[in-house]
Amino acid sequence: MGIRDRLSGNEAIANAMKQINPDVMPAFPITPSTEIPQYFSQFVANGEVDTEFVTVESEHSAMSACIGSEAAGARTVTATSSAGLALMHEVLYVAASSRLPITLACVNRALTGPININADHGDSMGARDSGWIQIYSENNQEAYDNFIQAFRIGEHPDVQLPVMVCQDGFITSHGVENIELIETEKVKNFVGDYCPENYMLNPNETIAHGPYDSPVYYMEHKRQQLEAMKNAKEVILSVGKEFGEMSGRFYDFFEAYKLEDAEVAIVVLNSTAGTAKDVVDAMREEGKKVGLLKLRIFRPFPGEEIAQALKNVKAVAVMDRHEGFSTIGGPVFSEVRTVLYDLPNPPKTISYVYGLGGRDVRTIHIESIYNELLAVKDGKDQGEAYRYLGVRE
Amino acid sequence: MSNLTEIRWHGRGGQGAKTASLLLADAAFNTGNYVQGFPEYGPERMGAPITAYNRISSAPLRVHSNIYEPDFVVVVDETLLSTVDVTAGLKAEGAIIINTPKSVDEIKSKIRGYSGRMFTIDARKISEETLGRNFPNTPMLGAVVKVSGVMEEKAFLDAMEGSFKHKFATKPEVISGNMAALKEAMQEVAK
Repeated sequence: MGIRDRLSGNEAIANAMKQINPDVMPAFPITPSTEIPQYFSQFVANGEVDTEFVTVESEHSAMSACIGSEAAGARTVTATSSAGLALMHEVLYVAASSRLPITLACVNRALTGPININADHGDSMGARDSGWIQIYSENNQEAYDNFIQAFRIGEHPDVQLPVMVCQDGFITSHGVENIELIETEKVKNFVGDYCPENYMLNPNETIAHGPYDSPVYYMEHKRQQLEAMKNAKEVILSVGKEFGEMSGRFYDFFEAYKLEDAEVAIVVLNSTAGTAKDVVDAMREEGKKVGLLKLRIFRPFPGEEIAQALKNVKAVAVMDRHEGFSTIGGPVFSEVRTVLYDLPNPPKTISYVYGLGGRDVRTIHIESIYNELLAVKDGKDQGEAYRYLGVRE
Repeated sequence: MSNLTEIRWHGRGGQGAKTASLLLADAAFNTGNYVQGFPEYGPERMGAPITAYNRISSAPLRVHSNIYEPDFVVVVDETLLSTVDVTAGLKAEGAIIINTPKSVDEIKSKIRGYSGRMFTIDARKISEETLGRNFPNTPMLGAVVKVSGVMEEKAFLDAMEGSFKHKFATKPEVISGNMAALKEAMQEVAK
């Protein structure tokens, strides 16, 4: 039995960090993730963990310190948001290509221009090509559960990649909700000790990190990195299953909610998935066959599995809380549509950009999407496939 | 069926409406409910209008939007009545609770288009008498629990005493004042 509690998403992450007791945490505060290092530094000050907490002068330095300590052989965590993740951008690639399984709590917030502090996936979507595994969380419970699993995934010998665990800024990071925590002893046993095969502070086998890589080898190293990302898929599934056996909460690449017999479906990630579940239930009561695919793993992208899950629906809306300016739809939409292309009878697809800069998403908005999809299923002309939800034109 | 109660708080930055919503979530959690307590964040300025929310239910809560059709509205600062549409979406079978020294009859004219129940409470007076300072959020918390009946009163007071003991571990002298503020508000608002 777990421990019944009520915590904000930020408290949940800080609590997971406390239970794991990592070796090093370099961090620089930024809204809305500031509370994570704030709470954690209290645990350090109180002696509840023996983590080395490194205060730095910027997020670029925070990630650089993460790289140094993880390369040395120390289990390392950090947290950031928005411009903080953007300032880390250069070194995110160094962490991934050096195969350093750093764990980062990303509290999703809009990027500046105009300045905004609220929920938006522009920060992590901007880092989607950096080589980090990305896990998204519907609520505080999933942020906590995903953060605990991240160590097992990233540190697995077949993977050795950094992992960012994302949740929506303010909506879940600052919202207090019920949560079931796992006993610390169980968390510690599940995560285990960090025993990297190669690390810089091993005097018996010296290694170099970050040397110049000429055209003779660079491409092979990228290919190996891709292989690690592919390997992550199997590890994510086995860790999700093992976590379920411990906690009762099982995790897959995505949650297929009432999707089995659905005629139309929405694909969405993070907190809006919870709102969509309420809408699915209400519309199912009215006999409408609607379903939801809540994407949990965005990197690696579980393309084949998504195509299989959506192969029988007639129309799909893919929701993006980010404008990527491709002018052909949001980033999640583009990838979902790509994998549906190979199906013999692919569903109609519509891209909905929503919730930018914290614009609230209500059940009536989700319901309007399902009604539109049902109309398309019944033969209505699909019309514009690239839409904005709830925007004033 | 779940018995969902949705509450919207209107206050000004610095008055503790956010803290009150988190305390209510705490108390509802401690009495066995599923809870949400969350503020709507904007630029954080002392005195600017702010909104905070509570959902309390016997079933798990999944929706992650603000509350547009609340069962109850709590107005921590009377001056908001002329600038914020505090009764927007408020259910007719619900109620609004306003912090003011005025009576319901005196303040009625400021709340147009709402036919439901109205309550006033002088949270400032109660706070100054029990706590020696103007912390309106504690009396308003007692008032909303009394009016909404969202929790059994004794269970609420026991849960709050536990919360205050935890929150004020380093200054236990303020616990009795806070408890008195809650109790007095629960009596006064019902009048």
